[in-house]
Amino acid sequence: MALNRKIAYIDLTTGGIEIKPIPLELRNKFIGGRGLDAYLLYNHTKQGVDPLGPDNVLLISGGLLTATCASATTRTHVMAKSALTNMLGSTNMGGFFAPELAWAGFHHLVIRGKADKPVYLFIHNGEIEIRSAKNIWGKSVTETQWAIREELQDPEVKSLVTGPAGENLVRWANVMTGIKNSGGRTGMGCIMGSKNLKAVAVRGTMDVSIAHPVEALEYNKRFIDQITSSKVNQTMGTIGTPFIWGATNSWGGVRTRNFQFNQCEYSDDLEPERIDEIALETVGDNHMAACFACQVHCRGKHRLPSGPYKGRYSEGPEYTSQGAFGAEPDCKHADTVLTCNYLVNEYGMDTLETGSMISWAMELYEKGILTREQTDGIDLCFGNDEALIEMITRICYRKGWLADTLADGGLPAAEKIGKNAFDYMVQVKGMHNLHSDERGTPALALNIATASRGSDHLRSRPAIDLYHLPEPVLRKIYSSPIPYDGPLSSEQTHYEGKPWQVFWHENCYMAVDMLGICKYHTMFLGATHPNFEDWSRVVQLNTGLDFSPTHIWEAAVRANMIERLFNLREGMTRYDLKKGEMLNHRYFDEPLRRGAPGVVGRKIDKQKFIKMVDEFYEHKGLDERGVPKPETLKKLGLENEPSHLL
Amino acid sequence: MHRNNQVLRTDYEKCTGCRLCELVCAVKHDHVSNPTRSRIRVIKWEAEGIYVPLSCQQCEDAPCATACPAKALTRNADMGRVEVDYNKCIGCRTCVSVCPFGAMHFVAADRKVIKCDLCDGDPQCVRFCDTKAVKLVDAGDVSLQKGREAAKRLRAADKKASSLVA
Repeated sequence: MALNRKIAYIDLTTGGIEIKPIPLELRNKFIGGRGLDAYLLYNHTKQGVDPLGPDNVLLISGGLLTATCASATTRTHVMAKSALTNMLGSTNMGGFFAPELAWAGFHHLVIRGKADKPVYLFIHNGEIEIRSAKNIWGKSVTETQWAIREELQDPEVKSLVTGPAGENLVRWANVMTGIKNSGGRTGMGCIMGSKNLKAVAVRGTMDVSIAHPVEALEYNKRFIDQITSSKVNQTMGTIGTPFIWGATNSWGGVRTRNFQFNQCEYSDDLEPERIDEIALETVGDNHMAACFACQVHCRGKHRLPSGPYKGRYSEGPEYTSQGAFGAEPDCKHADTVLTCNYLVNEYGMDTLETGSMISWAMELYEKGILTREQTDGIDLCFGNDEALIEMITRICYRKGWLADTLADGGLPAAEKIGKNAFDYMVQVKGMHNLHSDERGTPALALNIATASRGSDHLRSRPAIDLYHLPEPVLRKIYSSPIPYDGPLSSEQTHYEGKPWQVFWHENCYMAVDMLGICKYHTMFLGATHPNFEDWSRVVQLNTGLDFSPTHIWEAAVRANMIERLFNLREGMTRYDLKKGEMLNHRYFDEPLRRGAPGVVGRKIDKQKFIKMVDEFYEHKGLDERGVPKPETLKKLGLENEPSHLL
Repeated sequence: MHRNNQVLRTDYEKCTGCRLCELVCAVKHDHVSNPTRSRIRVIKWEAEGIYVPLSCQQCEDAPCATACPAKALTRNADMGRVEVDYNKCIGCRTCVSVCPFGAMHFVAADRKVIKCDLCDGDPQCVRFCDTKAVKLVDAGDVSLQKGREAAKRLRAADKKASSLVA
C-alpha cells in the first residue's frame, strides 16, 4: 500500500539512519512528493542555513501515487536550500528512480550532514547502507550508474547521481538518472557534491498493493486513452518537446543573443524536422523512449551525428536545449545543440542554466564588459559554436578565471565581473530564465517572476495561454475545482485574468508534483488533459484515500504557501532584483524587435505588471509585500509552522 | 476467434521501455504493483536505448513441461497456453532453469513460479501498450510483419542499386 511507504533520515556525518512511517495527518495536509518535501525543508532547516554546509537537508522523494496503477508515476523530486539562489531549491525529473524507491519501501529520504569521504547510498527492500564511492567519484553521469550496477552485481539497480559538475560544486549542477532524466534547476547536484554524496542507488521488489485493483486498472486505461488522444501528446510522442520550437520561434517567443532579440533567424537547422531527421538517420524509425508507465513516450533517442563524440548514444534534446545551445548563444546548428546536450548530461549540469550563463557571458563580451584576457583568449562571441562547447567543459571543471567565476552562479559572477554585468542577466532570484521571451506574454512574465524557485517555466506557467482558447473553454478549465468568475482573456498579449491563470497552474503543477505524476499529463500543454477530478479518482482507487478535488487543490495551495514561507524566511523581498519577485528592467525597457506584427514592439508594461502581481497576491491571501496574512495561514492550518511533526 | 489460434508477438524495436506492461500484468494477476510479479519483463540495454519485452512463447513442445519432475506443467490447446498446476508444483524451479526465454519466474514472497497465461485471452500488456510493441496475433500471421519489413529493405536496396546503374 502506498500509505505503508516510509520516510528515512540519513545523517552522513554520523552514519546514523532512522526509518519512520509517514503519519496520515501529514498525507492529508501535504499529500506527498514535493508538497511533503516543502514541509520537511521548512521544518528541518533554520533561517540562513549554509546551503553547502552539513545542516542543509537534501530531500529526495516519490509522490503518493508512485508505482501505483496510475499513469506516468515516474517523477522523482529533490529539494534543499539552493546554493545557486540561496533560497528554495527544488527539481523534478522522470525516469525510473522513484518507482524503484517505492518498491524498496520508501517515499521520502531526508539526508543531512556531510560524509568525510565520498559515499553513495544503497537502498534495498527497507534497508539502507552507506557505501564508499571511491570507485565512482569523478565518473560521468552514465559511467557512475553503470559502475554501481557492476559493483552491486545487479543490472536492475536505479541510481540518482551527480556528475563531475556536482563534485566541483558548480552551483547549478543537476541530479540525474538514466541517460538524460535530469533534475536540472536550482543546482541540487551541487548540494549532493557538498555532502560528498555521489549517488543514491536503489533496488526494490516489495509489493505496493492497490486499494481497488480491478477498478484502478480500468480507470488507468481510460485515463491513458484521454492522454494519448490529445494532439499535443501525439506530437510529443513522435519528436518530443522540440516541436514547441516551431510554434514559438515563428511568432517571436524565443530569446536570442541572450535577450537582444526574440526570434532566431536563418535557423532552419534548429527546427524540429531537422532533429527528427537526425534521430531517423542515427537510430531509425522507432526513436522515442518513455519514462515509467507513460504512453506519451516523449524522450527522443539519437546518436551524435558529428564532432568529437560522434556516434555516442544520447537522448533528447528537449526544447530547452534548442534554446540554451541554439537560440540564446545564436549558434544555429542542430549538431551543436546535440553535442552540448550530451556534454551537460554527462557532466551533470542544468542544460538551461549552462546555455543561459554562457549566453549572458557572450553579451558581456560583445559589450566589452568581459575582455579577451578574461576569457583566456576564447573569442566568446555569439554564434561561435566552438567557444560554446569549450566553455561547457571549462565550467564543469572550473578551468580558467571566467569558467570558475561563472560556475559560482549568476549573482556572485555578476559581482565579480563588475561594471553593469548584472543588468544584462535574465534571471529571478539568481536563477536564469528559459529561452522563452515573455515580453509579449504578460501571463508568462508573471509566472517567471513569482515561481517559488526562481525564474522558471514549470511551476506556474499557463502555457495554454498561447493557444487563444475561446473564453467558454477557459472559463470551464479555470472554474474547477473551485469557482472563479473574474475576468479571463483568450489573448496572450492581455493582462486581464492572467493572475488567476498563473495561480491555478501553480496549484495544478503542485498537485501532480505531490502525486508523482508527470506534468505532460496536465493542462500544461494540453487543454483536454486530466484534472483535479481525475486525480481525486486515481487517488481513491489506488490508495483508498478520499481526497476530493477541492482537498487536493487546498493541499496544493498549502504546499505552495509553505514554499513561500521558506523563501520569506530566507529574505525574499518583493521588489529585490536578486531575491524577489521582480523582473529585470529589460522586460520593461527593451521592446521586441522581431516577430509577428502583433508582437513586434511589445514589452511588459511595468505598472500593469505590478498590478498583476498585486492581484496574484490577493488570490493567494498575501499582503502587498507578498507575505501571507495571518488569516490566510490560519485558513491553511500553517499558523504553527514549523511544527516538527515529521 | 479461437483462443488457441492467437499468440503474443513482440516487436522489440517498437518498445519504448516504459514497463507499463509489467505494472498492469502484476496488478491484473496479483492486485499489486511489483515488477517481480510481472509475467512479462522488459530487458534493457539502457546505454544503447534498446528494450526487449520477453514473455512466455507458450511452446508447443515446452521445455518447462518436459523437464518438470512433478508433471505440473501442461499445454492447454484450447487456451493456447502452457499452464502450471499448483497442486502438483513442488517449487523446484527446474522450469526456470530450462526455459530458453527466461519467461518462467519465481515470486520470492509467495515461493511460487509464475508464467504468462495470456490473461485468459485478453492480455493486458497488449491492451495497454501504445506503440503495439506487444500484440496478439493469429498464429499463422506471425511472420507477416517481418516479411513486410524485409521486403521494405529489399526495395530500398534495389532502388539504391538501380540508381548506380542508371
